Amino acid sequence: MSEMLLEARDLVKHFPVRRSKDVVHAVDGVSLDVQRGETLGIVGESGCGKSTLGRLLVRLHEPTSGTVRFRGDDITKLSRRELRPFRREMQMIFQDPYASLNPRKRVGQIVADPFHIHRTASREETRRRVQDLLEVVGLSPDHVNRYPHEFSGGQRQRIGVARALALSPQLIVADEPVSALDVSIQAQVINLLDDLQDDFQLTYVFIAHDLGVVHHVSDRIAVMYLGVVVEIGPSDPLFLHPIHPYTEALLSAIPPIEADDEARRERIVLEGEVPSPIDPPPGCRFHPRCPYATEICRVEQPLLADHGGGRFAACHHPLDAKGA
Amino acid sequence: MPDALLEVRDLSVSFRTENGVVRAVDGLSLSLALGEVVGIVGESGSGKTVSMMAVMRLIRDPNAVIEGEVLLRGRDLMRLPQNEMRLVRGGEIAMIFQDPMTALTPVYTVGWQIAEQLRAHEALSRKQARARVVELLAEVGISNPGRRVDDYPHQFSGGMRQRVMIAMALSCNPSILIADEPTTALDVTIQAQILELMKRLQRDYGSSIILITHDMGVVSDLAERVAVMYAGSVVEEGSKSAVFRDPQHPYTWGLLGSIPRVGRPRVRRLAAIPGTPPSLLSPPEGCRFGPRCPHRFDRCSIRPELAPRVSADRLDACHLDPAIRPSLRQRSVA
Repeated sequence: MSEMLLEARDLVKHFPVRRSKDVVHAVDGVSLDVQRGETLGIVGESGCGKSTLGRLLVRLHEPTSGTVRFRGDDITKLSRRELRPFRREMQMIFQDPYASLNPRKRVGQIVADPFHIHRTASREETRRRVQDLLEVVGLSPDHVNRYPHEFSGGQRQRIGVARALALSPQLIVADEPVSALDVSIQAQVINLLDDLQDDFQLTYVFIAHDLGVVHHVSDRIAVMYLGVVVEIGPSDPLFLHPIHPYTEALLSAIPPIEADDEARRERIVLEGEVPSPIDPPPGCRFHPRCPYATEICRVEQPLLADHGGGRFAACHHPLDAKGA
Repeated sequence: MPDALLEVRDLSVSFRTENGVVRAVDGLSLSLALGEVVGIVGESGSGKTVSMMAVMRLIRDPNAVIEGEVLLRGRDLMRLPQNEMRLVRGGEIAMIFQDPMTALTPVYTVGWQIAEQLRAHEALSRKQARARVVELLAEVGISNPGRRVDDYPHQFSGGMRQRVMIAMALSCNPSILIADEPTTALDVTIQAQILELMKRLQRDYGSSIILITHDMGVVSDLAERVAVMYAGSVVEEGSKSAVFRDPQHPYTWGLLGSIPRVGRPRVRRLAAIPGTPPSLLSPPEGCRFGPRCPHRFDRCSIRPELAPRVSADRLDACHLDPAIRPSLRQRSVA
């Protein structure tokens, strides 16, 4: 049994809608575990709550209810001061390498900021560490005096990675870290994250909408739909034999590349669009679009059930996963 | 090819800037047959969009220098007076864009916008135009079109807005549709809906389509022929199955190796292409891909022509001996 790094239980995040009594049910009861050293992928379409969940995990959002434990300590109730030592252990990499770096600061300052904030190193040591970090992420240490605009998108994402690594964290939550990049550059950054995981024994929560990327990087994957996890399990079995009808439809929607005959599945074109998270459907949230829905799906919300082999799915009519 | 509907010959687009001349498109040649779907793939800055904007003569930048020929049924669009070109745009060639929110004006209803286009090309009364718009909206799968016709763009979701754009593009029965990243802004399940719609329309109307995309899956799904662009020109062209199953250019090898494939067992590492695309201000001498190519040799200092080297319908711009390419490819993708 490997060590549990992060445990989320019944996480809920509701955002009030201005000038109305409505609330957006962004995350609506998510429980999951992240083991030390693994990569947990979180996939889902826009608005499914995957980014909100990522921020809840590192407490960049305050949960409406539920708890997050980091190495056994409940971090949901901690004050800012109490939280500080945990902040060092949990870092985040953001999607937009243009918006997440301060354009007025030099790269050296950006990467040195974590050391200043946490007062963990002397000035001389900070300077040395920053140069090391730039080298680790494949940038030249001579770049410390340049500004973010002087770098390409891929290089900026490397700066974001260097900043996240600065305080030697245990956990990195990466929210769409490669989706703004071209494929050839995307592959470079994915390979970099992979190497860093081996070198620094990092644990990743990797949030993305690109199913190919998530499959490539993740040991386990959680599939989200309208604020809930509908299926979670090891990557390869989940992709080969999905249990939840939404996972099946999502995978079948990816147009396969011409030469990938094995990837060819019958495309299930879902009718309609994702319902509003302000007023999610009762019962199973996927039932209005689900080709297998029956009466029970309209009234009773299915819970994540154990399907063996570390696989869980929340469905009243799970697809046969025994084809493996 | 005498039966080409559209033929682009040696198209170049340069922009004069403070720092020098940016050669965005550098000798692009491409042909499109009647009823054919051609995909142009390539990364940001490879010139996919700029070249098609030039074909549509939509580049208004006074610092742009555009050279080359664009023959539509033998007629050179580059020499057409503005008023005639206006009839070609929308009438014979229509374009849909990646972001339907910026391509539609927020201050008019979608019905008004489509009707405006219709009436610019055909003598229709307001009432006739409106009836035709409702038909078109139904055709692209918008439910309750009689009511939706009076909605504003912000009242539609991303997928529905893209359907509106497609309805507008089809309104005058164009012979050519240029679709610039039509599904890039959409989620996969919505993308699947739009791809099915485009396939159906292509079948029903027999339109010829130029599809611009960076997504190899999308191009595999729709296109019959594929052109791969790098740094302003085509480096490889052929049938979809030839380009994806037997790619000839080292850039295509790298591009295909960079993509995590869903249907294949997971590989430990992606075969990323080292370095970054060249600056178009001072592109490298000789082969544009040379500095990033693991197989370059002395001949690569001379720029290779796009020419048939493997078979008559397979074009590539690479000096490597076709006989040794398969073994090199094995090594670079493995």
